[in-house]
Amino acid sequence: MTLSVSHVIFVVLSATALVGALGVVLSRNLFRAALFLVLSFVGVAGLYILLEVEILAMIQLLIYVGAIAILIIFVIMVSRQLMSPQYRAWNQQRPGGAVVAVVLFAVLAFVLLSVTWPTAEAAVPQDAIARLGRALVAPDQFVLPFEVASVLLLVALVGAVVIAREK
Amino acid sequence: MDILNFWVELGRVVGEWMASWGLPPWAVNLIADFIGVLILVVFGVMAVIIFTPMERKVIARMQDRPGPNRVWPYGLLQALADAIKMLTKEDIIPSKADRALHMLAPILVVIPALLIYAVLPWGPRLIGQDLNVGVLYVVAIGAIHILAVVIAGWGSDNKYALLSAFRTVNQLLAYEVPMVLSILAVVLLARTMSTQGIVEAQSVPYLIVTPIAGLIYLVCAMAEANRSPVDLLEADSEMVAGYMVEYSGMKFAMFFIAEYVNMFAVAILVSTLFLGGWKFFGLEDVAPVLAPLIVFGKSVLVIFCMLWFRATFPRLRFDHLVGFSWKFLVPLSLINLLLVALVVKIPVADSRLAPWVQGGAMLLASLVVMAATALLLNRAARRLKDAPALKRIVAVER
Repeated sequence: MTLSVSHVIFVVLSATALVGALGVVLSRNLFRAALFLVLSFVGVAGLYILLEVEILAMIQLLIYVGAIAILIIFVIMVSRQLMSPQYRAWNQQRPGGAVVAVVLFAVLAFVLLSVTWPTAEAAVPQDAIARLGRALVAPDQFVLPFEVASVLLLVALVGAVVIAREK
Repeated sequence: MDILNFWVELGRVVGEWMASWGLPPWAVNLIADFIGVLILVVFGVMAVIIFTPMERKVIARMQDRPGPNRVWPYGLLQALADAIKMLTKEDIIPSKADRALHMLAPILVVIPALLIYAVLPWGPRLIGQDLNVGVLYVVAIGAIHILAVVIAGWGSDNKYALLSAFRTVNQLLAYEVPMVLSILAVVLLARTMSTQGIVEAQSVPYLIVTPIAGLIYLVCAMAEANRSPVDLLEADSEMVAGYMVEYSGMKFAMFFIAEYVNMFAVAILVSTLFLGGWKFFGLEDVAPVLAPLIVFGKSVLVIFCMLWFRATFPRLRFDHLVGFSWKFLVPLSLINLLLVALVVKIPVADSRLAPWVQGGAMLLASLVVMAATALLLNRAARRLKDAPALKRIVAVER
């Protein structure tokens, strides 16, 4: 196998994502852990760009960095306890956590190794986004899951408003 | 040389010139890309030198005072003098601050501002990278800007800075929603997310087709670029300078640069999405050389409007600002989006006439909605005026 530019870029991006993930787990400071999470998300977004699905990369940045990570950081900043450097990042449930992590890793590794992933030689079509958009609202494709997800999000939104409302 | 494609030809000639040195094609491409990036970045940063004097002079004239007038000529080189002053200042890091994050924030705040320039069209085929997800890219990049401001606020170990970080999340998220909704209206009309495609689709500027989206976008863009009167992140009368209170010297200058680079990018975006970009009554076909100048002229016009806003309106109270977005801009932009979605489905037999018929219908519907909005606002204001004083305060508080 010859080493092409995209291989090098892939290694760099994967390393970014992995370093970010390690930082999330190992960082003592929760705020920094959240920022490492952002680094990991950005690495994954880069992988999407390498795969020529720009739309997923942009959505990854918009939703994961712009909404989820920011929300996590916001919560960390609001809770005073979490922000103090004395706060311990470890608790008493380390053995349980280790078991869950090992099982999850085993399942993921098993799936990764046992499935033969279909690959296509063809290049990504120019109108990939338009096709994706049409597929999402086509009655014979994904319109039902798409609409159900929308309704679910709407219910969550209304629920949040109801809970937060002053009596 | 083919005058119609002057800028593109220029790039090709330079490329051939480099190839004549015996460079391989990939090296020529790399150098050409590098030069392109360099031009875009330098031009973006030049915005500071161009627009600081403009801002100070224009606002001074509106407030009936001379403004900076010591540094020759007419004080126009004041920005240069300020830059030298910044460079010579001491770099201070608060002793209890998170040093790494404190250093990271000024770098991270400039990067997204410059990244936006990659998808801003300067003329037919004259664009950094014509992404087919162009406007989505711009919105996604904005997320990194929020992050940088939050890091600056947190990494400074200062109460005002932290408060400003809270406000950032609140304000920028609140204004991102109507901004994205108004961009979505444009995307529906143009049937593409590429910035270049949006310019090409505008036979009539979208500000005329859908004025609601244009005005909402302008307001939201000002909030995102943190311009007065919606600069609640750094409101100096309330929290000194917000997230940048602990920054001095060049690191403060980075925030300053980011603000102007952002403002310029936003102005170009407004002219791209709503004012027809490099199109100007067919002038771009006669002399494509002028296309970048057309874009520049339109953005200067937009920036002038922003300065006009700044000189006219007092700063809003924070809860009013956020409420204005959630209670007024979001519903209005949702209604507008619904209208656009309906209008683009109007069947027109002749496909060449379609944009005109749909545009006309859209404009009519927009005017009706705007009139209805004004009427509703007027009634709400009258109810507030007639209410007893105590009730009025309660109503405003809500």
